[in-house]
Amino acid sequence: MSRRELSLLAAVVVAVTSLRGAIQPGDRFPALTGDDLPRLAGEALPEPAGRIVLVDFWASWCGPCKASFPVLDQLHRDYGAKGLVVVGVGVDEKPAAAADFVRRLAPGFTVVHDRAQRLVKAVAVPTMPTSYLLGRDGRVRFVHRGFHGERSARELRAQIETLLAEKP
Amino acid sequence: MRRLFRLLPLLAAVVLLGSGCAGTNLVRVQPWERATLTSYALRPDRDALHTAMMEHTFFSREAAAGGRGVGGNGCGCN
Repeated sequence: MSRRELSLLAAVVVAVTSLRGAIQPGDRFPALTGDDLPRLAGEALPEPAGRIVLVDFWASWCGPCKASFPVLDQLHRDYGAKGLVVVGVGVDEKPAAAADFVRRLAPGFTVVHDRAQRLVKAVAVPTMPTSYLLGRDGRVRFVHRGFHGERSARELRAQIETLLAEKP
Repeated sequence: MRRLFRLLPLLAAVVLLGSGCAGTNLVRVQPWERATLTSYALRPDRDALHTAMMEHTFFSREAAAGGRGVGGNGCGCN
């Protein structure tokens, strides 16, 4: 088999195995409102158009999700007035577990419960937690897989400042 | 072109195999469905005595002195 044929085969293998359907940077994000997304904490979601939105998918059984909440809360406090909207989307199958998690951590940002796991399936998050930073046009600009403490906090902050600096 | 035709069965096999692994033929636990898997009852190290017994069996049978706690191999004298 020649090198050319091998390259062709390799390309096909990569293309086929990477068909995952997950939301990527540049894609439009699904709507964050609906009857199946009851609010567990924070204020009602403002109209996202023209704002920077940070959507974080979490679960009560996920340790890094718990670690990320204070950082998200700080980002909400620091950039909320400048145009950032932080939305936590809980994906617990048990509503009581999600409500208890929110009650214990008492976040200041908006938290909703994706009780039918509709949104998380539509987005197809690659890991828990995953956060998506959306630009003013509603398209995904950055994707954060997992939460890696100070490193993630630093990256999020830099990316939020980049997006806020862009002209509306 | 003829070589490409010769490769077609192989390509078809790769596509079928690949789509089988990446698609819906296999039941995959998605990241948001792992609540049960993270429960305490499913932790392999939830019972300290059981863990100690398994470690003892491991280092005795595998001749790994120090069990998993140290690097390197054992002397085979356990």
